[in-house]
Amino acid sequence: MIYAIASGKGGTGKTTVTASLAALWDRPVMAVDLDVEEPNLHLFLHPELTGGETALMEVPVVDAARCTLCGQCAAFCQFKALSVMGKTLLAFPEMCHGCGGCLLLCPEKALAPGGRELGQVVSGHFRAGRSEDAGFLMGRLRVGEAMSPPLMRQVKARLPESGAADILIDSPPGVSCPAVNAVMDADVIVLVTEPTPFGLHDFRLAVEAFRPLGKPLGAVVNRSDINRSGDSRGAGMGDSGVQNFCRAEGIPVWAEIPFSRAVAEAYSRGEVAARAVPEMHAVVLALMARMQGAAASQTTGEALHA
Amino acid sequence: MRELVVISGKGGTGKTSITAAFAHLAQNSMLCDLDVDAPDLHLLLAPKRFEEHAFRSGFVAAIDPEACVACGTCVDLCRFGAVRKPTWDDPTGYSINPLRCEGCKVCVQFCPAGAIGFTEKHCGQRYASSTRFGPMVHAQLFPGEENSGRLVALLKKEARSRAGVLGLDLILCDGAPGIGCPVISSLSGASQAVIVTEPTPSGRHDLERVADLCRHFRIPAGVIINKFDLNPGNTVDIENYCLNQGHALLGRLPHDEVVVRAMVQAKCATELPPTPFSEALRSIWEQLADIEPKAAARPEPFQPTPNA
Repeated sequence: MIYAIASGKGGTGKTTVTASLAALWDRPVMAVDLDVEEPNLHLFLHPELTGGETALMEVPVVDAARCTLCGQCAAFCQFKALSVMGKTLLAFPEMCHGCGGCLLLCPEKALAPGGRELGQVVSGHFRAGRSEDAGFLMGRLRVGEAMSPPLMRQVKARLPESGAADILIDSPPGVSCPAVNAVMDADVIVLVTEPTPFGLHDFRLAVEAFRPLGKPLGAVVNRSDINRSGDSRGAGMGDSGVQNFCRAEGIPVWAEIPFSRAVAEAYSRGEVAARAVPEMHAVVLALMARMQGAAASQTTGEALHA
Repeated sequence: MRELVVISGKGGTGKTSITAAFAHLAQNSMLCDLDVDAPDLHLLLAPKRFEEHAFRSGFVAAIDPEACVACGTCVDLCRFGAVRKPTWDDPTGYSINPLRCEGCKVCVQFCPAGAIGFTEKHCGQRYASSTRFGPMVHAQLFPGEENSGRLVALLKKEARSRAGVLGLDLILCDGAPGIGCPVISSLSGASQAVIVTEPTPSGRHDLERVADLCRHFRIPAGVIINKFDLNPGNTVDIENYCLNQGHALLGRLPHDEVVVRAMVQAKCATELPPTPFSEALRSIWEQLADIEPKAAARPEPFQPTPNA
């Protein structure tokens, strides 16, 4: 089973939740960081990193001796990665999306496959709940590289085929293409949010983006009590807004994590919250059970459907 | 014209709350929300929209089931796994998953039956608005859409031309998290990046990457450490890192519940009665104004009105 931990708004606690789940998971598990722009999971799970390889994207390299400047490739390319300037065909590899169309199209075979470095795919293992040796995988985008989905695809291509281990994916924030790329292959989606106007706004966007995928989806309300005290005008807007929205939309709330200075400080020391703070331990175990329950009902449903 | 872009690498460090407070302190700057994926600045600034435009960018392929000859060429050529093959439990024909389609046109070009159409995508909406602190341009990318970098570039162009017409000498931008295309696009042509971080391992890690990105594009970076009191040791480490790397240290902000209180009231922290957070933010803003010599030459020093 693949579980994606996602959120609309950044900084709501995706990595805290993912690291805690990974540390307590009671079945064979692999933790995968698909927030390739800013991967952070390793800072908390402290995996032993054993492998790393450079991920490349195929980009065209021009053979000027063969090129007749017919311009078909430049006219075809949707991403302006090729251009005929005077008597030269110029390639702009940083614009290329790696579709391979220009290589197929060139009548003179004047384009050859080259590579643009997307970043690194790093693998290793860490100590999880039941198994001493759980798998770890992360992508790390090269600084200056604009496109994260191609690197994410290469990380996902290294996921084990069989369902021998459950997979926990730490997703990038937001609801646009990188976030959708991270959750689209998951069986269950966990959305981490917080009860503030920003949290609620971005949570709505995330529900709008991810619900059409038709997978079981549940919410984790982090710092669930931060907005309960204080100004009465706040009540209803941030206070129970997220919970009300979940109720109205039929989205189960799988966990509520009250604000805890101890959790925030454990996080600031790079510790797994569920290991460092006893109350967090219980909350995460309950969350794990609900996620596994949602995955099980999903497979039963599929079996019935088939 | 100065262009300040507030970014962070890591999400949730306080970019939007800080940008909104700067908007209040600057009074009448051109405001721009460049987090087009999950924009939140409008929740604090309550913009009144007076213009709205569709954002169309990129294309998506679609197979005409009547014309398809089921040869499978598209499946073989698509590098993005976007073509769905018929299966025993779903025997309907070949189709394209728009979420995976990159809009590269390879399937359209090489389909022997000419059965694949290619239509431009409507990816979002963009707006021009007015706020209590000045004009604002902002947008909303539709959930799951791409081309956020192009939308960011479009908003920046719009902000510059409007600021020029209105004679505003400051553009204040709220950026997106991460270091990918929308962030790169938001840095393009910026005069100063303001990086908001926090004293945690992820805050530090993400700061380093986004600061390297600024250096890569030769944009000067200044750093604010939010919630500095969460881990004073890490705060000092980050400050030393900034000094070593030559990034300007703009200041520290304490963990303060005024941020959430202001957010719930749709206000900026600096609009509420003073707290240690808002006072520290004011002095950061004064320091930031000093970095750029042009700012000192502004004809009227700003006079932020409390509780405006």
